[in-house]
Amino acid sequence: MSERTLYDKIWDSHIVAQLESGQYQLFIGLHLIHEVTTPQAFASMKETGSKMAFPERTVATADHITPTLTKLRPFKDDLAESMMSALEQNVDEFGVRFLNWASGKQGIVHVIGPELGLSQPGMTIACGDSHTSTHGAVGSLGFGIGTTEVGFVLETQTIVLNRLKVHRINVNGELNKGVYAKDVILRIIHDLGIKGGLGNAYEYAGKVIDEMGMEGRMTVCNMSIEGGARIGYVNPDQTTFDYLEGREFTPKGEAFERAKDYWKSVASDADAEYDQVTDIEGGSIEPMVTWGINPGQSVGISENLPDPKSFEGEDIKTAERGYEFMALKPGDKIAGTKIDVAFLGSCTNSRISDLREGARVMKGNKVNPRVRMLVVPGSQQVQAQAEEEGLHEIFREAGAEWGNAGCSMCLGMNPDKLVGAERSISSSNRNFIGRQGSPRGRTHLGSPATVAASAIEGCLTNPADVVGD
Amino acid sequence: MSDQKITQVRGRAIPMPGDDIDTDRITPARFLTALTWKGIEKALFCDERENTPDHPIDNPNYKGAKILFVGKNFGSGSSREHAPQAIKRFGIDAIVGVSFAEIFAGNSLAIGMPLMTASAEEIQKLIAHTQKNSETEYTADLETLTLSWGDESLSVGMLEERRQSFLKGTWNILAILRANLPQVREVAEGLPYMREFQD
Ligand code: SF4
Repeated sequence: MSERTLYDKIWDSHIVAQLESGQYQLFIGLHLIHEVTTPQAFASMKETGSKMAFPERTVATADHITPTLTKLRPFKDDLAESMMSALEQNVDEFGVRFLNWASGKQGIVHVIGPELGLSQPGMTIACGDSHTSTHGAVGSLGFGIGTTEVGFVLETQTIVLNRLKVHRINVNGELNKGVYAKDVILRIIHDLGIKGGLGNAYEYAGKVIDEMGMEGRMTVCNMSIEGGARIGYVNPDQTTFDYLEGREFTPKGEAFERAKDYWKSVASDADAEYDQVTDIEGGSIEPMVTWGINPGQSVGISENLPDPKSFEGEDIKTAERGYEFMALKPGDKIAGTKIDVAFLGSCTNSRISDLREGARVMKGNKVNPRVRMLVVPGSQQVQAQAEEEGLHEIFREAGAEWGNAGCSMCLGMNPDKLVGAERSISSSNRNFIGRQGSPRGRTHLGSPATVAASAIEGCLTNPADVVGD
Repeated sequence: MSDQKITQVRGRAIPMPGDDIDTDRITPARFLTALTWKGIEKALFCDERENTPDHPIDNPNYKGAKILFVGKNFGSGSSREHAPQAIKRFGIDAIVGVSFAEIFAGNSLAIGMPLMTASAEEIQKLIAHTQKNSETEYTADLETLTLSWGDESLSVGMLEERRQSFLKGTWNILAILRANLPQVREVAEGLPYMREFQD
């Protein structure tokens, strides 16, 4: 038998059946749900009088519509309120564990899954949100699914999938100082394109990934979907085990040792075969920012904006459209572009290491008076940790707003939104038109350090220019 | 499940030029707060319709159309099923485009809306033709994999397994998945983490 990848191993052990269509019915080990993509699924179950197959394998939280600057109920937005109460009723009626505000464990699904040890190596994980790829950082397969499929999982704990190819991406060598996981994934998407991963799972490997902490790996896996790959993962290793040990839902004592044996066994074999392998030199990556309207339209912070003619085919048109919408010109420097808003948060970059990095840059500095800065921890636990370390004071003293856990300005579904044609630097994952809540709002994506440095200077800035390292 | 078979979609078309039309454009994020699909069609392209006086969706010439012509990588971005739901509930029963984002395609299958592909040149021609002749009636045939109108026709592509799902009426797969519940339990029992690493 040929040597197998982590993808092959987890896939094979979770197959329930091959359907007539040729697709596979796959068992889902962990189902994470939130307030937005579930009401319809529960509504149709009630209509048909159906039951959940494995209610104990589903865990709920609230993040997308949850306001971050107030905890008052009912929410001001009637629809948000009705969505929240629908979730509360549904978890009650169906007996699903709900990590709400009162639990102290609420947060963005993709932050709390690993943080609580719910997401473990060797599992299949599904959630009605495309950034479920994040959980691949612990060596699982995380599938972003639609509401109909949420219904499938609720009722049968399975989904239907085509087998993917596996593309291994080695990030070799060392990263330069001031270059982060976010810059790595933006560079990967820049090089392979936003469609480069279609039909593929990305396996991230190489020295840079091996040496990266778990939270950095989550940032990388999180944006796999922006590169077109539904799945991204890192093989579980000692870093993974150390991260998971002692977390609330991680097996304890001897069970932990047995778990570790299983976790080790799912890692890709040393001589596993890949459909494609790409090598990227870590030392060639610099802080990246996007300039356009998709996450592939990015440049190194010291570079000039590319000529649309340097692209191929319809990418030329997309580039022109990007320039027009973003009001930028080819040939100009990206650094120095004036911004109105700086957002540090989202399931890409709202973990404690992200906030520490932002605070390190921010310390002793002030947010430029023209700029509104919003810092939103990814979970209540991250928030508590940050407050214990005094990070919130650093941000507040600098003039930033400090929010409560949630998706916040990653998407325009809660009160945190861009206004008019405001331009933001954001640590989130999508710079699509309208994404941050204003149809004319302009988004630049960058790392937490870049967000903080740009907030201070009032324009897109290389963090090295602020902290001097 | 024979009543669920989809073999053919007939009707006029709406041309929607442009590549990489993502789900944020199709149904802006603020509409994700809808609790049921009822009325979601009002969200369809609503932000750009506001700023585009003769947006194809509002153009009276295309009223009542059943087919949508789109470019490359249609439906990219967020996994929201609101996008295909809004399109379907607006009255569209099939989409013909250069290519589709994976999750969008899966969501479309699940709600019984066939997606077909044609080359960029052919799509461009179809779009141009429809813009000039909005009354043209098209037939998208899943059995013959053709799109035909007047005396003309062209071959279209479709993932074979998806085509079969529509032809056999098995695209509504919840029933099939449910029937496999005994096997599901068997697989679950075999997974170490489902036994909480007890043995
Ligand atoms: S932070 Fe953004 S990308 Fe992440 S789950 Fe929330 S809305 Fe989705």
